[in-house]
Amino acid sequence: MVAVLLPAAFLGVFFLYPVAAIVARGLTGEGLDRLVGLPASASFRSVAWFTLWQAVVSTVLTVLVALPGAHLLARYRFRGRAVLRALTTVPFVLPTVVVGSAFAALFDRFGLDDGAFRLQHTVWAVIAAHVFFNVAVVLRTVGAFWEGLDPAVEEQARVLGAGPWRTFWSVTLPRLWPAVAAAASIVFLFCTTSFGVILILGGPTRATLETEIWRHAVWRGDLASATALAVVQLVAVVAMVVVANRLQLRRAIGGRPSARRPQRPTKRLLGANLALLATVLLLPVAVLVERSLAVGDGYSLRHYGALADRVNLLPVSALVALRNSLLFAVVATALALVVGGLASLVVVHGRGSVSRIFDLGLMLPLGVSAVTLGFGMLIALDDPPLDLRTSRWLVPVAHALVGIPFVMRTLVPTLRSIDDRLREAAAVLGASPTRVFREIDLPIAGRAVAVGAAFAFAISLGEFGATSFLPRQPDRMTAPLALFRLLGTPGDLLQGQAMALAVLMMLLTAACVLVIESRGRFGSGVVRGDL
Amino acid sequence: MSGLAVDGASVGFDGTTVLDDIDLTVTPGEVVVLLGPSGCGKTTLLRAVAGLEPTVAGTISWGGEDLAGVPPHERGFGLMFQEQVLFPHRDVAGNVGFGLRMAGMPEVLRAERVGRVLDLVGLSGYGQRSVATLSGGEAQRVALARSLAPGPRLLMLDEPLGSLDRALRDRLVDELGLLLRRLGQAAIHVTHDHDEAFALADRIAVMADGRIAGIGTPAEVWADPGTAAVARSIGHRNLVELDADGACPLGRLGAGPGTVLVRGDRLELSDGGTPARVAGVAFRNGRTEVTVRVGDVELHLFADRPVARGDTVGLHIADDAVVGLDGS
Repeated sequence: MVAVLLPAAFLGVFFLYPVAAIVARGLTGEGLDRLVGLPASASFRSVAWFTLWQAVVSTVLTVLVALPGAHLLARYRFRGRAVLRALTTVPFVLPTVVVGSAFAALFDRFGLDDGAFRLQHTVWAVIAAHVFFNVAVVLRTVGAFWEGLDPAVEEQARVLGAGPWRTFWSVTLPRLWPAVAAAASIVFLFCTTSFGVILILGGPTRATLETEIWRHAVWRGDLASATALAVVQLVAVVAMVVVANRLQLRRAIGGRPSARRPQRPTKRLLGANLALLATVLLLPVAVLVERSLAVGDGYSLRHYGALADRVNLLPVSALVALRNSLLFAVVATALALVVGGLASLVVVHGRGSVSRIFDLGLMLPLGVSAVTLGFGMLIALDDPPLDLRTSRWLVPVAHALVGIPFVMRTLVPTLRSIDDRLREAAAVLGASPTRVFREIDLPIAGRAVAVGAAFAFAISLGEFGATSFLPRQPDRMTAPLALFRLLGTPGDLLQGQAMALAVLMMLLTAACVLVIESRGRFGSGVVRGDL
Repeated sequence: MSGLAVDGASVGFDGTTVLDDIDLTVTPGEVVVLLGPSGCGKTTLLRAVAGLEPTVAGTISWGGEDLAGVPPHERGFGLMFQEQVLFPHRDVAGNVGFGLRMAGMPEVLRAERVGRVLDLVGLSGYGQRSVATLSGGEAQRVALARSLAPGPRLLMLDEPLGSLDRALRDRLVDELGLLLRRLGQAAIHVTHDHDEAFALADRIAVMADGRIAGIGTPAEVWADPGTAAVARSIGHRNLVELDADGACPLGRLGAGPGTVLVRGDRLELSDGGTPARVAGVAFRNGRTEVTVRVGDVELHLFADRPVARGDTVGLHIADDAVVGLDGS
């Protein structure tokens, strides 16, 4: 009973109620007037158009960049394959503000922030960052699917006289299509709801629905316009989630690996792939590290040392902000594990309709953007009886909501993949039902719990969208907000500090990936790919 | 009544009957083989006996005690599944010792017992191995050891060798038979392979469509299958249709219309007898199996002399070769 009530109450108060508040305000009074006026507004039309086309271009480029790598990881075995997989996953969990910093550093380093080839504050900067972010999604989803396809079909085509390219076009690609479509739909969703990247790299003139909601709500205090935009965003995102769910791959967990001897890649194939991935994924990170160490003409750790000092720009030192973030992340992770864990049990073991409602309900925060979530909490939780403006729980609760779908996405498939006959075998050998849960479910799902915790932690650490809406409590500022503030202020010293803080956050999230990669193998090899 | 008694048990899912009025006994030390095609209800019967499947009618009892309401973990039976479902998070010893741990056996005794059971199945020294590193045959032995370790009153084996290749399977059938006899282990063994059934069984129960169609010792069932369906499923191939007068190209084999079994092991090639034409010759297990045709009747038998396709031979039908059957 607790397993049903607690997640339901948590979701109801902190997610459904805020979302309902947006809808209620957006469909009445001033909000409705603005909503009705939107289609005629030229600025809205240009924002909507930009949101859409940058997402389409980002998605197509992401798929193109990731496909060769997916092929390499799926069809070949080579030394360092596991390391490569892990490295390509890092960008996905990097905080958006860190990615923004990395690309800002990249442009600064190569003089692309000004002059004839200016990339800073252009749509191309945004698109490059989106590709960087989402390559892992395609690599994982398509790669895992590709690995499960029997290569005998391709071999048959080759024997029948098709060349390698012909085989790829007429045999491999059609078979791969479901995975490509599923991955692309998720990437598209992420790109349309992208917030931090657009704010940092797009500059003041590039606006998407997300950044417009933020600008109206936080900057101009125009809640009516913000709610109208949020309603549009909500409807669009729900529609996209429905489509993405339709395209969702239903495939067996832990499918049998191909029986044939794995091939080694040729030097050229491996080299070309590594070069591509290094350019897209490694270069921005490497430059970020270099910039964080660059002081004048030489290198030193001075920027790192300066993190302990409070600058006028920030209410607390960057290091204190980082400590705040770590504390919030611990609390958010615990919340996400408890709520997400209970909900996963309901999804797996609950009766039909309850199970389905939970499955969908707790996945919603993944689709509904963090910005909508933060905005909803902003307008819903500031009146009695739920006046949480000054509560220190608000930030971790918001972070936990974003993390819960990730916890569930790792836990549910693992719990489902536990063969019922394992439980029956244990029962016949004398284990009572509670003993079966303790001996079978718990230890097997343990690794998935670790993976889910790592995700929740990394997400909380880097959460920017929702947090940027929540009422400010200066001494509890989080690291991403501090980084955003530093990054937006000119001056070599502040920029250097921003880079140093970004590197520290990157290392912390990379550590989470390490947990995910080393634990994520067991029985849930494709779990990550589904995200 | 000592041992297992299944009395009129029925199992149904969603309105369809899967098991219909099953009667079956297993006395201590006896090995009963359930033989039948897939989907005939063999597995469901095992699961019902184990307490994993509720019955809608009838009783299942052990030593006269009704087991209704006794949950699986308190029945003291062992069940080995069709595919190995070893616990992936425990090593070989952890798997084998699981039931002993559930029974509360102290660690020291447990380790000793696990070692002995592993010896028994030919896996000495495998205790620390991860189950992921086992071959198919090894995994099946571990699954067997896991079921045997707690000393179940009754061991149930659900096509335990079904997924293995022929040669390994034949070897394990022999080992399993010896092991069960040595331990005096009461067992129900499920298979769709009649060779396996005859190799292992004290008694064979032939199942079809959720019912037990025939039951008896291997010799009894072989000599008198009772129905055509049972005859086919235990490997008889010479079923002959008789016309209204009980006649067929071999002569008059019965009193009226119906099907009779002509036992291949009671047929011989001879110089006289019924003339027959050799339609096929196959070499099997060191013996020559001949398919002969008499009119439109095809018969299989083992030849003791060299023959070639197209030869005309004489066929001697022993008096006890023809067995009457019910149904077709």
